[in-house]
Amino acid sequence: MIPEIGHFSLIIGLAFAFVLATVPLFGNHHKHTALMQLAVPAAVGQFLFLALSFGCLLYSFTVDDFSVKYVADNSNTQLPMIFKVSATWGAHEGSLLLWAWILTGWALAVSLFSKTLPLSLQSKMLSVLGMVTIGFILFILLTSNPFERLLEIPQEGRSLNPLLQDIGLAIHPPVLYMGYVGMAVTFAFAIAVLLEGKFEMAWARWAKTWAIVAWAFLTLGISLGSWWAYYELGWGGWWFWDPVENASLLPWIIATALIHSLSITASRGSFQSWTLLLAILAFSLSLLGVFLVRSGVITSVHAFATDPTRGIYILVFLVVVVGASLSLYASHAHKVTQRKEFSLLSKDTLLLLNNVILVTMMATVLLGTLYPLILDALGVAKLSVGAPYFNSVMLPLTVPLALLMGLGFATHWREDSSKRLLSRLWLPAVASLLVAFLVPLLLLPDVSGLAILGLLMSSWIAFTALIWLLKENSTGLVKPNMQKFGSALAHIGFAVTLTGITITSIYSIEKDVRLEPGQSYQINEYQFKFIGVQQKQVDNYLASEGHIKVFIDDKLLTELYPQKRTYMSQVMPMTEAGIDAELSRDLFVALGEKLDETAWSVRIQYKPFIRWIWLGSILMAIGGVLTLFQRRKKVKPENANVAEVNA
Amino acid sequence: MSPVRKKRFYMVLLLIVGVSIATFLIVQAFSQNMMFFFSTSEVKQGKVPADRDFRLGGLVVEGSVKRDSKSLTVRFDLTDTLTTVPVEYTGILPDLFREGQGIISKGKLNAQGIFIAEEVLAKHDENYMPPEVADSLKKAAEQNSIKPTQTTTNEVNQEVSK
Repeated sequence: MIPEIGHFSLIIGLAFAFVLATVPLFGNHHKHTALMQLAVPAAVGQFLFLALSFGCLLYSFTVDDFSVKYVADNSNTQLPMIFKVSATWGAHEGSLLLWAWILTGWALAVSLFSKTLPLSLQSKMLSVLGMVTIGFILFILLTSNPFERLLEIPQEGRSLNPLLQDIGLAIHPPVLYMGYVGMAVTFAFAIAVLLEGKFEMAWARWAKTWAIVAWAFLTLGISLGSWWAYYELGWGGWWFWDPVENASLLPWIIATALIHSLSITASRGSFQSWTLLLAILAFSLSLLGVFLVRSGVITSVHAFATDPTRGIYILVFLVVVVGASLSLYASHAHKVTQRKEFSLLSKDTLLLLNNVILVTMMATVLLGTLYPLILDALGVAKLSVGAPYFNSVMLPLTVPLALLMGLGFATHWREDSSKRLLSRLWLPAVASLLVAFLVPLLLLPDVSGLAILGLLMSSWIAFTALIWLLKENSTGLVKPNMQKFGSALAHIGFAVTLTGITITSIYSIEKDVRLEPGQSYQINEYQFKFIGVQQKQVDNYLASEGHIKVFIDDKLLTELYPQKRTYMSQVMPMTEAGIDAELSRDLFVALGEKLDETAWSVRIQYKPFIRWIWLGSILMAIGGVLTLFQRRKKVKPENANVAEVNA
Repeated sequence: MSPVRKKRFYMVLLLIVGVSIATFLIVQAFSQNMMFFFSTSEVKQGKVPADRDFRLGGLVVEGSVKRDSKSLTVRFDLTDTLTTVPVEYTGILPDLFREGQGIISKGKLNAQGIFIAEEVLAKHDENYMPPEVADSLKKAAEQNSIKPTQTTTNEVNQEVSK
């Protein structure tokens, strides 16, 4: 009964989405206020019914209702409760339902928090969100119904993929989806603005808030995924340039560009059409991500079982969304564009240049991700471009990006002089040169050109951001300017991530060794002593648990217990790493195989600064969100002029 | 030129130079890092590049996995059911690696015709067959439709239809 309620609620949710997609637009056309106002209750309705639908699926998991095919395929009675809950979105059907529910959640939020926008704009936006919701609910109902029943009810479910039985999986997809789907809001905004035919600066400020929230979720979601891959996939990598990882990076890069472009539009009243194009692009790339993951065109840990109809549905949906929005853009964008003069040396130029670099980065990642797929689909050749391609392209693009970021902090809007700029920049320039040369010389094992370059870029960003903050935020911590504080923090976060990437990539040590019990292996000052392996039985798996003691100068530092797990109802073993984490380094040990009676192959890794990668992304997300807490002062006319000059 | 035009001209020039450099770098990086996939039969036919890495896929031949007792070096044979290629790898094999499994490895062919693998990939699903491998098995089965055991062909088709 419960699964049927879930199924029907989904259909009722679809009906609400239809109302949302059509009635307010119709009202808009005929200037009928009541019909436009209907958008809000329709958004509430579709949210509530999708919540009910999702709740029913969740309930089916918690009570082990194996008559539902999706539950039987992805859960079993032995599974701990938390993983029964997270299994709800552990595979294709359920994760799509979560996606659709989050989408209606964003629509609900828009309907509640858009009082400052004119009704016509708000109702158009909600209608567009309604259309997108229709697309996703239909996709679920037509190709991926999670409530499908089985005729023969199995005694026991097939269980969740062991890789996914982890707290990382419980939180990574929902957070990531919040970000992915959040791009739909700025997309709907862009379409509504194009239909409206004008773009006011206050609207850009509104849209920026939403773009930042979605971007912050996306940032956290991506880094959670990276962290999860690091400890769960067992081999200590944190980014693989896997097509699905790329699929999440693409909208992130464009969302980053969008936020900056929106801030130009919001504070200078220019770049409108570019902003709208980025908003459309960001959501299109989100949809492309859905296509890559759901259609089975790629093979990766993320790819779910393949079904051609699903791929075709999403491809058609993608083409319709992109085609319709781009043709609307082509015919309407000129109406919203305003030109504002700015000199070559100004914040405007620098932000524009960085936008161009970000779009180039996106294009290179897109090329490396799609080109092999296209060649394969055409039957020309089977090839892959690995991490070396992405690394060798991203590095030379990051250098100008970092340089311009620092310059951007020191530069004024509209016009600046190189002399004034020099007086503001010599201090961060000297400071970052010192850091970049002294840190490798004094603290790192050897001096590498790439390390100097990486540290130079990150300290340049961090110092320019800090000095900018000190200058602009003269009131100090008593009454901080949250906008500026958050912005500086987000950029410092990027610098922290960049530092982590640089040092981990250059100074990591990774060894596969054969160890007998009692034998040791030395990496830098760390001595890894292999004590042995024990068998253990835990909840729903058997584990061979290794025991490794780590010494520095014969003093015990820590003990690590890497595991090799075999889950019940699965044949394949799983590697669970033993990690000792510190801010400046991780010690990472994973068991390989049993080689003979006593010896094992063991992978030992020393990963300096790897925590900085994720720490930085947390700072980025926090910084982004902090900017939203800036209280807007009531601007008096004479202050307005001052603000324009100083901003 | 008026100042406005001059400014616009510089902007456009800057963009064109930037985009050309970027395009050059990308194309360069792309062609250097492109890695083709070959089946074991294609290796025997001499279709593979001598001086660069490629990906080799196939089934791990039953009973072919031999470990060195001193080091972490492993030797095994890969096959597409028609021809086999010996592979040598030093390091820890993925959890899913076992005999009879479809795998993909990345590396170079040495002068003795042994594939020296830098990386061995196996997916985390016991029923999973890399599509490239499934494809090459299917081709081999078609070429060899008279003599091979019927079961192999069926299995392969099953895998492919999944």
